Amino acid sequence: MTEFFLGASAFILAMVGLGLVRILRGPGDADRMMAAQLLGTGGIAAVLLLGTATGEGATLDVALTLALLAAFASYAFVKAEDGP
Amino acid sequence: MSLAVDLFSVIAVAAGAFFFLAGTAGLLRFPDAFTRLHALTKADNLGLGLVVLGLLPQVGGVVAGLKLVCIWLLVQLSGATASQLIARGLRRRGAPP
Amino acid sequence: MIVALNVGLVALILGLAVWAIVAREPFAAVVGFIAYGLLLTLVWVQLHGIDVALTEAAIGGGLTGALLIGAATRLRGTEAEARAERPGPATRWLAAAVSVAVTLALAACVLVLPVPAPTLAPEVAAHMAATEVGNPITSVLLAFRAMDTLLEAIVLLFALIGVWSLTPDRFWGGRPGLRQGYDANGILAYAARLLPPIGVVAGIYIFWVGADHPGGKFQGATILAAMWLLVMMAGLADAPPIRRTWLRALLVAGPLAFIAVGLVGAVTAGAFLAYPPGLAKPLILAIEFALMPTLTLILGLMLVGTPQRGDTP
Repeated sequence: MTEFFLGASAFILAMVGLGLVRILRGPGDADRMMAAQLLGTGGIAAVLLLGTATGEGATLDVALTLALLAAFASYAFVKAEDGP
Repeated sequence: MSLAVDLFSVIAVAAGAFFFLAGTAGLLRFPDAFTRLHALTKADNLGLGLVVLGLLPQVGGVVAGLKLVCIWLLVQLSGATASQLIARGLRRRGAPP
Repeated sequence: MIVALNVGLVALILGLAVWAIVAREPFAAVVGFIAYGLLLTLVWVQLHGIDVALTEAAIGGGLTGALLIGAATRLRGTEAEARAERPGPATRWLAAAVSVAVTLALAACVLVLPVPAPTLAPEVAAHMAATEVGNPITSVLLAFRAMDTLLEAIVLLFALIGVWSLTPDRFWGGRPGLRQGYDANGILAYAARLLPPIGVVAGIYIFWVGADHPGGKFQGATILAAMWLLVMMAGLADAPPIRRTWLRALLVAGPLAFIAVGLVGAVTAGAFLAYPPGLAKPLILAIEFALMPTLTLILGLMLVGTPQRGDTP
């Protein structure tokens, strides 16, 4: 069980890590922001799996914080592009 | 009983990981920015949702389970609003190819 | 399996760090840096530093990202000049050599540490009961090394004053940032109405739970500041003018309360910031309650920036 969760966490991280190629290539700024967004979601999933695998309940709070602030950078990006 | 619960967790988490794969494949391979936005929401809704579903029986206590569901709902909300905003910005400015 | 996970994490982080340095456009580098912060959170979780992971998630993932995006946007007009001024190859090779030398020195220091590394953790564990808090990080931050926390709060206040010192004279005392457009039916307004109530509850929860579990005032204040910034970004509330008395009173209330507690300790327990026995938990709570609004205001105001318009709305 624990091994499986660790493996799933590693797999999800590898997937979103591949998605980071979009930061390299993405022709527009929006594409880069999307890659960061995907990384945020994947990071939350990885933190949840890691926390359950190791039994540390406090990692749920880390995932909660990430979830609250996940889109914050995207909002700032959109605001910056559009102006006030 | 415990074996069935563990099996359910494994299947749900594996399905969730598959949707993360789908999300990444979409982000990398879709032709333009608007379609790539769609790929993101697959990971947000289904990927994280199935992972949360699979982890629900494994965490101790109702509060932890509620926190898990709360995390999923928050990610959906923020992901949906951010995607809409990015799409509107792209449309206003004319998306790059 | 853990080894593979850790190796993968480190490889991703190193790749992102290299990208943040070599990227041609500032915005691409900023996005790389945000992703780097998110992955660093995972590293802290792996190192069992949950409090640090919370702080990294809040500051590195959220606030620093927004700050750098704002900076990159402001610098957009100057990109052509900056590119024309790129240093020659000799300077860049020298910079690379110095960076590699510093890295090697750090690596050598870490590898030369005796095993087990010298640590004060057993001492903290032995004396934690006297502070009446269950989280060893909180006991170190607010009891054993409270002086450091006091100085950090004051440094943050100085940083805010530093940001304000860039104000043009004619706008001094005015409202920071530009007036944000308000679209009542817009998506941002919708998000700014839905997220902050949840965020405020979560921020206060993380502040409260920091006594016995990972958390604390700084992470809670960061979440509250982020929610306040979201409300301001959507135009639902305007940035307060910096000459307002209540703003300045709240900004200094935290460090002043901290110093007052320290003086109380000097009088009753024999040393500055010492706690009389039995009063440790109430005093720690008083400090945290006073510091929360101060930290929230400082972090929020630092991100909004310098005053760019007059006092009137």
